[in-house]
Amino acid sequence: MKYTLAVLVENKPGVLTHISGLISRRAFNIESIAAGYTEEPDMTRITIVVEAGDEYELEQVVNQLSKLIDVIKIIDLTGQDRIHRELALIKVKAAPGDRAEIINIVEIFRAHIVDVNKETMIIELIGEEVKIDAMCELLKDYGIKEIVRTGKVAICRGAKAAKED
Amino acid sequence: MKITGAQALIKCLELENVEVVFGYPGGSVLTLYDALYESKFPHILPRHEQGAVHAADGYARATGKVGVCIATSGPGATNLITGIATAYMDSISLVAITGQVIVPLIGRDSFQEADIKGITTPITKHNFLIKDVNDLPRVMKEAFYIARTGRPGPVLVDIAKDVFAAGVDFEYPQKITLRGYDPIHEGEEQIIGDVYKELLQAKRPLFFIGGGVNLSDTSETIRKIVAHTGIPVVSSLMGLGCIADDDPYNFGMIGMHGTYAGNMSTTETDLLVGFGVRFDDRVTGLVDEFAAKAKIIHFDIDPAEVNKNVRSHIRVIGNLQWSLNELLNQVINRTKQEWKEQFAPWREKMNAWKLEKPLGYDHNSDFIMPQQVIEKVSQITKGEAIIVTDVGQHQMWTAQFYRFQQPRSFLTSGGLGTMGFGLPAALGAKVGKPEKPVICICGDGGFMMNCQELMTVADLNIPIKIIILNNQCLGMVAQWQRTFYQRHYSHSSLKTKADFVKLSEAMGVPACRLENKKEMFQVIEKALSADGPFLIEIRIPSEEDVLPMVPAGAGLDKMIIGG
Ligand SMILES: Cc1ncc(C[n+]2csc(CCOP(=O)(O)OP(=O)(O)O)c2C)c(N)n1
Repeated sequence: MKYTLAVLVENKPGVLTHISGLISRRAFNIESIAAGYTEEPDMTRITIVVEAGDEYELEQVVNQLSKLIDVIKIIDLTGQDRIHRELALIKVKAAPGDRAEIINIVEIFRAHIVDVNKETMIIELIGEEVKIDAMCELLKDYGIKEIVRTGKVAICRGAKAAKED
Repeated sequence: MKITGAQALIKCLELENVEVVFGYPGGSVLTLYDALYESKFPHILPRHEQGAVHAADGYARATGKVGVCIATSGPGATNLITGIATAYMDSISLVAITGQVIVPLIGRDSFQEADIKGITTPITKHNFLIKDVNDLPRVMKEAFYIARTGRPGPVLVDIAKDVFAAGVDFEYPQKITLRGYDPIHEGEEQIIGDVYKELLQAKRPLFFIGGGVNLSDTSETIRKIVAHTGIPVVSSLMGLGCIADDDPYNFGMIGMHGTYAGNMSTTETDLLVGFGVRFDDRVTGLVDEFAAKAKIIHFDIDPAEVNKNVRSHIRVIGNLQWSLNELLNQVINRTKQEWKEQFAPWREKMNAWKLEKPLGYDHNSDFIMPQQVIEKVSQITKGEAIIVTDVGQHQMWTAQFYRFQQPRSFLTSGGLGTMGFGLPAALGAKVGKPEKPVICICGDGGFMMNCQELMTVADLNIPIKIIILNNQCLGMVAQWQRTFYQRHYSHSSLKTKADFVKLSEAMGVPACRLENKKEMFQVIEKALSADGPFLIEIRIPSEEDVLPMVPAGAGLDKMIIGG
């Protein structure tokens, strides 16, 4: 099963090395990892999607990560009422005859075209993983040249912040 | 007034009550060494950085204080790696200080640059790179705090060369603010009540103690609990000494070379209570069959240890100083009599196992038997010496036949199994505990891996005693080849023209060789009572096995007993 963890860490050099080093050393199955600044200047938030066989395996991931000195807090967002999003940039072949159809797809998915030239377009799409997968599937027919995805970020609904728990 | 980074570092060491550092100079730490010179800070110069780190480790194991070592950038730093990994696996508190190239040269493959922070990330509890001298006091404070608190471990501090020369207004922080690090001392009190209830229900309980009891200095509390309840005790390699060997409730070591009684009782127990153990594969054998009839209770300071290798029914997270005291407070609610009656049949059964198949060897052999040597050393020292071993057969024989009486008296590389650990660690232990006899027991293989430290021992006149059990082969390797590889002794012979006695004497440590069984007692006694350091090479047979032996991946009751 897949679990989504929010990992709050000190915004210090070397933190990501410590985290990725631990993940590879303990052979944890990480599906995606996305890091960025937060509401606090000295704190980074990393969203990790991990594949674990059972709760014991997940417990090991959480406990081992918690041991890292620069990890402030880990929140398991799995099963909580949350919003999760990913951003994808897709460079797709857009021959003049296909353009109208592609624009149609972009509209249906509420995506945006952010760059166009004679041969290709770049499409920006924000959404849940499945939505991005679905759009990529449709665009395949025209020829996808490049895909870049951020990995999932997630946040809980409601008034409380994750760090407050 | 400003002082230099190097002077500041020495101030930090003083404020952390560091008595001595083990180090080796080089380009990037020259400024630091100049400050050491000026301040006359106690420093020991081994002959290899690996010697420095193992010595600091031995010092830490023997004293319970933080061991400190220093190396220069690049090759100096990389020479520390085996020692840092050794300390990490056994949770030993170390601070390793390395020089780094100057800040503007970092990241350019500069002369003697190695990314030691990157390299040591998986083998340190934490590590730092200091590029700004203003960070130095805070980082040093944090490094010592992290190394010694919670589950102890090695911390590496890499310091750019220009930081040592830069000026700083020295102020040592009073407080530590580490949002992500709050070592738990006390856990939940009611959980101890749950443990107590399980003990009341149990018919065949077993205490299993490990290195955590040594590290937390709680051997006394464990002894009290055992004396009051009569619950039998087994130990991991790292737990030896926490309960006196001759304690009637002690059933010795369990695991691959554990005692018959210990391994059988682990298989049959209905309640296994682990204290500061990590259920390593050398202890559990086939994990699915380990204590399969038992509920398992796990006491540990590190939440990540629980359910890592073995599933526990109850977890008691916290410092053993807290949890064992709580447990003691509860068990004294019942009388000794009541407890002992409850477990009498079980202990009888365990005693029967002990009598049925005690540890043994061929007493009538014409050869000098290694087990007998250890027994003699044990007798002579009354089990009170600090015994430091290397890794191999001699290590297991020492674990089996030395009658340890005290905690922190058996220093051995358990987790990493590092050959070459013995001699430098013994040196460090003696520096930390000058009042105690320190004896290093080595094989002829591992001894050579850090034999350069004989010079350190000689030149500083560190009065340790070194015993080489020379079987002219890599004994433990040969044993596996004998048992599992049809006696194909592939590259495990160490038949040599070299002469250990001459080698030792050449390096300045007086030595002798023991070949004749008749002289054994006398020669060992004389060697151990020598004034300064002394080395004794003892010729033992090549084909002796460490027994019992549980083949890797088998259940603990599937011991090869031999005899
Ligand atoms: C650095 C290192 N290299 C290799 C090994 C593998 N190893 C484990 S025991 C052993 C043999 C040790 O031989 P010796 O030091 O003569 O001791 P003995 O087993 O004969 O007592 C070897 C090679 C190790 N543990 N450490």
